[in-house]
Amino acid sequence: MPAENWFQKNTKFGVIPASNTRSTVPDGLAIKCSGCGEILFNKEFEKNLKVCSKCGHHHRMSVDERIAILFDSGTFEEIDVPIRSRDFLEFPDYQTKLEKGWAKSGMGDSFRIGLGEIQGRRCVAGLSEFSFMGGSMGSVTGEKIAIALETGIRLRLPVLLTTTSGGARMQEGLMSLMQMAKTSAAVARLAKARLPLIVLLTDPTTAGVMASYASLGDILLAEPGALIAFTGQRVAAQAAQGQKLPLNYQTSEWRLEKGHIDAIVQRRDLATIIGRLLGLLHNPPTKQSNAKITKRP
Amino acid sequence: MQKSLNVLDFERSLMELDKNICAYESAASERGEDYTAVIEDLKKSRQRLLAEIFANLTPWDEVLLARKTERPYSLDYIGLIFDDFTELHGDRLFSDDQSIVCGPARINGRNVMVIGQQKGRDLKERALRNFGYPRPDAYRKALRMMKLAEKVRLPVICLIDCPGADTNLGSEERGISSAIAVNLMEMSVLATPIIAAVIGEGGSGGALGIAVADRILILEHAVYSVIPPEGCAAILETFGRDPGRKDEAAAALRVTAKSALEFGIIDEILPEPLGGAHHDIDATAATLKEAILRHLRNLDKLSTDNLLEQRYAKFRNMGIFDEIVPPTPSPASGEGWGEG
Repeated sequence: MPAENWFQKNTKFGVIPASNTRSTVPDGLAIKCSGCGEILFNKEFEKNLKVCSKCGHHHRMSVDERIAILFDSGTFEEIDVPIRSRDFLEFPDYQTKLEKGWAKSGMGDSFRIGLGEIQGRRCVAGLSEFSFMGGSMGSVTGEKIAIALETGIRLRLPVLLTTTSGGARMQEGLMSLMQMAKTSAAVARLAKARLPLIVLLTDPTTAGVMASYASLGDILLAEPGALIAFTGQRVAAQAAQGQKLPLNYQTSEWRLEKGHIDAIVQRRDLATIIGRLLGLLHNPPTKQSNAKITKRP
Repeated sequence: MQKSLNVLDFERSLMELDKNICAYESAASERGEDYTAVIEDLKKSRQRLLAEIFANLTPWDEVLLARKTERPYSLDYIGLIFDDFTELHGDRLFSDDQSIVCGPARINGRNVMVIGQQKGRDLKERALRNFGYPRPDAYRKALRMMKLAEKVRLPVICLIDCPGADTNLGSEERGISSAIAVNLMEMSVLATPIIAAVIGEGGSGGALGIAVADRILILEHAVYSVIPPEGCAAILETFGRDPGRKDEAAAALRVTAKSALEFGIIDEILPEPLGGAHHDIDATAATLKEAILRHLRNLDKLSTDNLLEQRYAKFRNMGIFDEIVPPTPSPASGEGWGEG
């Protein structure tokens, strides 16, 4: 899909159109599970929501796939934010990486936002895409997250953010660090408006993203086995300097044990659990918040 | 790289001149010979050389300068700028992390809350301060003090100087990400003026964790970066994943005070004496004090609502991107979802 087509208004995603599926699985009949090495047939693997049927390893998903498993069919409407990353620091290789990302993913950046229903519960959603520069947060992602949160306030809807990101985008220097402050400030506003924020942490969520909005959900859910860390494992091992680290260090399971997250949710249960939480934490929407986003001037 | 006496490469030629000056001076005093003219000349050329060196510092030189152990730390400035600084300890949860020092104090007779990141000079103090890497307990202590300041209506003054937040097992266990994130969120709505000044190393999230402020100042030779240049070089293929290419990374990341101002992230650069803050600590402290007082006076004019609105807008507007005109604009399209 060429980049310019992506900036269409209110694109609906219910089922994954075959041509849009940005699967990490190479073409072919089968893949090898990166969790246990088991050979999995593509058909079976996709049917199992990219979870290994042998070891339960949750493989990464694209935003389109995420939307398809989370939202009630045909309810997701993308909020069109016509902005694109700029290489304002003239950082070596950044422009090339951006162009590759645009061509490969057809996305403007590593984040997409929209409105949709999960088990009949309406919410604003923001979803992170790992295949676009490791899901890193630069100016565009920060802006979209802020818009998602502000849209929640305006429409008086709860917000769901799904994360998968290496952290702040180094190629945007200090400006990407400031996105941490920007997104956190927007979360504070949502809190002031007394609306709940649900964050779904998926593999991996680290560094600048983990140390900002991703940690600030009223509810923090995680997929099994996700890496959730302030520093990636290489740096962590270095920092440990021989100190013995727990086997499940920085995984969802370790986070749950330490009291850092609310629950680990199997992929097949995500829609049910998130839908239920949306219902429990947010009173039925009034007529106003049911208003379609066609109010765009 | 750094040899004895912690002399930076670009300072070495100065050292040679200093040695010469010293030799002439001692010769003059020992043998009573008159070298005044020679010494004057040498001092003049030293001054010229210094100016030349400092006019051509690379971003990596600035990083080294910002990390220099002779550079004044938070407690040095606190002693020179504030009266009655009364240090308060602990996060009431786990420990007293001394990589951040906090307490109420007085500046020109006015009560404020001071929060400063503190490195150590000798080995003992460096260990005591966790080498300047704040743990979650430090951020929670800082937040406790900010909440106290908000309650009793004291402006908050934050001095930033840390290489980054602590990444060890204990810090992960106690939720370092969450500690920083909560500070970012709480500071964005703290109902009292906040002024932050980067005095040395503005290291990534570790610095930002106490730097969400109404005014962000930076000393001329301080740096502020999303990641330490070594880390950036080690991670990115661009630099061959070679931490040795830190100088290239420092340049690419634009870590200098000047760049931070250019991109609208900080509000003001505070000039340092030629050669850096450590050449005249009193003068640097005076500059910092004047700036803090001036910005406090300006912030005083705002109502709390205005203050918080402006603080939100300040960070909300941070970001540089291209706006794209949709290929088939509908007649009604105008202001998009982009406005905050």
